[in-house]
Amino acid sequence: MGDLLAVLIDGVIYSSWLFIMAAGLTIVYGVMRILNMAHGSLYALGAYTAASLVGAWTAGGRNPWASYPLLLAAALLVGLVMGPLIERGLLRFTYGRDEIVLVLVTYALFLVLEDAVKLAWGVESYFVSEPYVLLGTVEVGPLTYPVYSAALVAAALATGGGLWWGIYRTRYGRLLIAVIHDREMAGAMGVDVRAIFLATFTLGTGLAALGGALTAPSVSVVPGMGVEVIVIAFAVVVIGGLGSMPGAALGSLIVGMVRSAAVHFLPEVELFSIYLVMALVLAFRPKGLFSAAEARKI
Amino acid sequence: MRATSLQGRWLGGGGLALVLAFLALLALGPLLPKWAVFLMTVSLAKGLVALGLLLLMRAGLVSFGQGLYYALGAYAGGVAAERYGVGDAAAMLGLGVLAAAAVAAVLGLLLARYRSIFFAMLSLAFSMILYGLLVKTSALGSTDGFNVAPRTVAGFALDVGGGRYRVMVLAAVAVLLCGLGMNALLRSHLGRLAPAIRDNELRVEYMGASVRSAVHLYLVAAAGLAGLGGALTALAVGHIDPEMAYWTTSGEFVFVTILSGTGSVAAPFLGALALELLRSFAYEHAPNTWQMVVGTAMLAVILFLPSGLWSVFARRRAG
Amino acid sequence: MAGILQTRGLTRTFGAVTAAADITLDLAEHSVVGLIGGNGAGKTTFINLVTGYLKPTAGSIRFEGREITSLSPRQVTRLGVCRSFQIPQLFDSLTAWENLLVGLGIVAHGKGPFRSALEGERPEQAADDLLARFRLGDWRDAAASVMPEGVRKLLDIAMAMVVRPRLLLLDEPTSGVSSEEKFALMDLVLPAIQAERTTVLFVEHDMEIVRRYTQRVLAFSDGRVIADGAPGAVLDDPGVRKYVVGLEDPRPGGAPC
Repeated sequence: MGDLLAVLIDGVIYSSWLFIMAAGLTIVYGVMRILNMAHGSLYALGAYTAASLVGAWTAGGRNPWASYPLLLAAALLVGLVMGPLIERGLLRFTYGRDEIVLVLVTYALFLVLEDAVKLAWGVESYFVSEPYVLLGTVEVGPLTYPVYSAALVAAALATGGGLWWGIYRTRYGRLLIAVIHDREMAGAMGVDVRAIFLATFTLGTGLAALGGALTAPSVSVVPGMGVEVIVIAFAVVVIGGLGSMPGAALGSLIVGMVRSAAVHFLPEVELFSIYLVMALVLAFRPKGLFSAAEARKI
Repeated sequence: MRATSLQGRWLGGGGLALVLAFLALLALGPLLPKWAVFLMTVSLAKGLVALGLLLLMRAGLVSFGQGLYYALGAYAGGVAAERYGVGDAAAMLGLGVLAAAAVAAVLGLLLARYRSIFFAMLSLAFSMILYGLLVKTSALGSTDGFNVAPRTVAGFALDVGGGRYRVMVLAAVAVLLCGLGMNALLRSHLGRLAPAIRDNELRVEYMGASVRSAVHLYLVAAAGLAGLGGALTALAVGHIDPEMAYWTTSGEFVFVTILSGTGSVAAPFLGALALELLRSFAYEHAPNTWQMVVGTAMLAVILFLPSGLWSVFARRRAG
Repeated sequence: MAGILQTRGLTRTFGAVTAAADITLDLAEHSVVGLIGGNGAGKTTFINLVTGYLKPTAGSIRFEGREITSLSPRQVTRLGVCRSFQIPQLFDSLTAWENLLVGLGIVAHGKGPFRSALEGERPEQAADDLLARFRLGDWRDAAASVMPEGVRKLLDIAMAMVVRPRLLLLDEPTSGVSSEEKFALMDLVLPAIQAERTTVLFVEHDMEIVRRYTQRVLAFSDGRVIADGAPGAVLDDPGVRKYVVGLEDPRPGGAPC
């Protein structure tokens, strides 16, 4: 019984983290048809920026409770700076080319960013545990959990809710849906597709950075931390269906639960349980769980 | 990544370049210092993987998971050599190729149904599955892997004077055979189908050919080449570890193929050599920037030279 | 009388939309048949069904007496049915010559290397023959992507002829071609096809073309065949004029059009 509870709670926590990672990736694909391989690097940037901001703040002996808004600020900073920089500075020169070419472009970008981070922050590890430690722990039955994990779950729910509201309840969201369905038609109807692209990529970057910023307090921030993240986020997004937000949510839940179960019962398969799920899902639903219908070609 | 015309004269030129390079290597090889021999061998081995990717890319497929077969070839050959006492290096290589091709034959049943991003991600996933398996298998050394000592080939000892010169010759022979073989394949009906598949699969099916069968064959061929490359790398480096299956290793092979383009069978080996030279240079002088250099080079090629670097040479020759 | 193609009760629905409704017809060998109908009437759907691109929800299709209802385009092509497309489906990065060579290679490979050698075929020669027959010689070494629409249409049809089909379905062969060139195209294409004694069915919007080149016309509307007969009779049929051509009955007594 305790085992099952642990699997459930661990699963929810991990799913929350996954969702924040996957949401940005899937929305960028849905709108721009770009599978951003640099997503993990942006995650790392978020983590490093958070580490620097919080580190600088707490070093002065100031109020540690302010570290929470600083985490969010870090994500915002990275999103608002790197988003437009990458979209305007690189991606816009590649629109119109084959989807796979864009994957290669973002892969090249990933390589560049990995070293950029090393150049900017060096190769030592950073620790910003204050936000994590400050909240203490809570007992759930026989198990003990850091309250920070609950904050993570709350953040994921807030993100999901915010995105849902943003997409289905605002004008920007409606324009987004139009562009997702038919970019050309939307443009022909007067939608400023370029602005939508810029805004969407910035949002995606911000979400990736948010994932990193929120993770930073619970791990050591090291070079290469984004590398593994990419593949996992991909798996989630592909399982749920590229471009589908509900898919990202469902995919996160599935992968989170499967991995949690694996960790507890079959640790040997933990590392590749995610990819196994992905391969299995694709074998039966070639485009993922929620996929858009395709128009007739001939 | 536009393909060259089917009649591209320098497809044939690629084969000629390989033969000439082979002869040059045989002639000059004994004069090369040890580090150059090593560099050359690894380049030849990795070039084989890129050669397989060349075929896939001609069909419009970018695999981010050739590391799977690269590692399989190395581990299969290595296990055969170290645990089962297979003494002959050629046999070791052969086992590596067979293992990789066999797995591709099975995985291809699923993979051949996918294209573009899904194909890339699914192939990535499979390589990461192997990575996970290898890391957790202590019998194979987990993350440390295990060592492989050079063998003999048809009675000739490979490790003479510790220089592994003969391993390089073995690699060169393998490359010559595979390169010419690939050349022949590309000019055969099956090879000419590749750009047609890339351009319009529907039309191919409506002419009566099975796209899935053709792609399946390409996958097996590319896997075999990657397996051979992996086994050769094991011989050259003397060590095998799970990193060979990691997706960033696969990414490197993709980079090499992008750099060299799909026009000539000799190009992947030059591209691999360029990468290895870059790597050694970068590790020595600026270890924190070599990925950045690779990434920038890749962007430059994609944005400005979509046919790869080889197109620069081709353009000059054509006019 | 069973002809080269037989459909019985051929039906295809997409949810609430009926693209083909109970189509029953026989096509005689060596005939030239026109298929007319408004947009969405089911003409291309019919071709997609016969060639296996779509599976019918009900009904059957027989080609030369053989059941082909559940076969894929690849299998149907191998049996001797081929088609051209509304939007030409070519290998854009290859030249006209190379396009045809790929097609010829597929056919030869399908027959097996020995048989093609026995039959004395040389694909290069066959490719040049096809280019000549369809007056594409000038475009031999041009990439398909740079060709004008009319040339692409011709190449698309030439590609379909590579497999030497006994039944050829042309989907709007003259669409996208200027009115002056339409007749020239049909004057070129039909004899080239009929030289192989191929049965032809083509979809067409231009009634003059239909009147001049067909022996029999099928009129589709809402997925059904609403008229079937000689060109003159069908084109003057009031139902056809209303639903397909879009004109009210112009006979004496009615309003002038």
